[in-house]
Amino acid sequence: MSKKQLALVIDLNVCVGCHACVTSCKEWNSAGEAGPMADENPYGKDPGGAFFNRVQTFEVGEFPNTETVHFPKSCLHCEDPPCVPVCPTGASYKRAEDGIVLVDYDKCIGCKYCAWACPYGARELDPREKVMTKCTLCVDRIYDELLPPQDRQPACVMACPTNARLFGDVHDPESVVSKAIREGGGYALMPEWETKPANHYLPRRKTEYKE
Amino acid sequence: MKPAWSVILLTTLIGAAQGLFLVVLAVDASRSAPRDFVFVSCVVSLALLVAGLIASFFHLGRPERAWRAASQWRTSWLSREVIVLPAFMAMLAIYALSGSPIAGAVAAALCIALFVCTGMIYACLPFLQEWRSPLTLVNFFLLGTASGFTLSVPLAVLFYPQFAGPLALGAFGMGAIAWLARIAALVRNARLRPKSTLATAIGVDHPRIVQKAQGFMGGSFNTREFFHGRPDRVVRASRWAFLILVFPLPAWLLGWGGGSLQAFVAAFALQFAGLLVERWFFFAEARHPQNLYYQAAS
Repeated sequence: MSKKQLALVIDLNVCVGCHACVTSCKEWNSAGEAGPMADENPYGKDPGGAFFNRVQTFEVGEFPNTETVHFPKSCLHCEDPPCVPVCPTGASYKRAEDGIVLVDYDKCIGCKYCAWACPYGARELDPREKVMTKCTLCVDRIYDELLPPQDRQPACVMACPTNARLFGDVHDPESVVSKAIREGGGYALMPEWETKPANHYLPRRKTEYKE
Repeated sequence: MKPAWSVILLTTLIGAAQGLFLVVLAVDASRSAPRDFVFVSCVVSLALLVAGLIASFFHLGRPERAWRAASQWRTSWLSREVIVLPAFMAMLAIYALSGSPIAGAVAAALCIALFVCTGMIYACLPFLQEWRSPLTLVNFFLLGTASGFTLSVPLAVLFYPQFAGPLALGAFGMGAIAWLARIAALVRNARLRPKSTLATAIGVDHPRIVQKAQGFMGGSFNTREFFHGRPDRVVRASRWAFLILVFPLPAWLLGWGGGSLQAFVAAFALQFAGLLVERWFFFAEARHPQNLYYQAAS
């Protein structure tokens, strides 16, 4: 537990489903050193390509007692990632120093077995490069000393207009993410598979309106 | 899951090759079988293994880097398969050329190890509940061995005619066992309850959750790789098709086909076609929990 584990905490109570995190993710990761992410037929009939982050929408309950939940979804950087040991080439790995799960694009053979081994569907095969891709927590941004310190955060976190995305070390009990998990009832997705996702979600909360 | 033809061909072709080798080795060890029968059977087995290996390359996005897949044998069953398959092919070739019982024994051990590796690639994934069972391993072994047994019968007609009868009987028995074990897996999987639900997928504890948008209107890797994309009736029909093709039809040809070469070849062809359908169904039947996130485009 002592080592660093970087992660996102996503507050479903304030996410408005604007997709700014999706577009900023695509923009940053298309301009990085790995080259552009596939963006096939973007204005055509059947757009395709690869994305590291998506915002989905769910409706909970039955009319008229319904609630709309906007649900951003990206790699959860599991502490026990099932995608890593299955990789036959060692391209899929978890960094010891900060817990980020990454793919070495130069070693990946595109066998897709890691995607089968991820219950969350967090990985996408780049349709042009034919290698597996996924969220890197903007590893090429967060350590970049040429950026001002406040900008050394993942692009999705920077873009969020409602501050629904927090970034930090979930192993440091005093970090902003640890406090948010502790005080906001942060939870992990699909706990039944014991993958121990590092990313956490904060639940919707009832807000009492007092006149 | 989406059935990939490359993987369907790989697993069925090498399964038949492994089964044929085990049968021929057993025949060769227990009695002095004609040299031609052993040699030609080994060549056929090797040809099937090569065909399976070629098919497997079509599964890769970057086949030119395939050699890298041998590096993670400590943790990955896929990596282990990548090592064991060529090792088995090499020992099989040595056995075919030398007839050495030691080479045969080593090849047999590698052959069994290959069945374990192939089966574990699927059985080791905890959340693909349809595959997460010892029956997955058992069926890869039994179905492969049964098809190899059936293939040995026409080869015996050509090169070892006096032993074709016992081999046909063996193929009949092995087919029956494999068929029953496959039905056992069908029964087991029919009773499965998915552990993951939309409630655990998004962490909202409510019995009624409906997806309204998956974040994009077009397709993506997630909407293609994990869905078979066929109506339920096709999946149900494929189950009946393989249940008839894998055993009852070839068994009838083996037992009551008149003992002709054509009948035995047809028995193998039908059984192999059944195994292709069986493997298609094996993938189509598996429900990946990621599909919970991709129920509605908008």
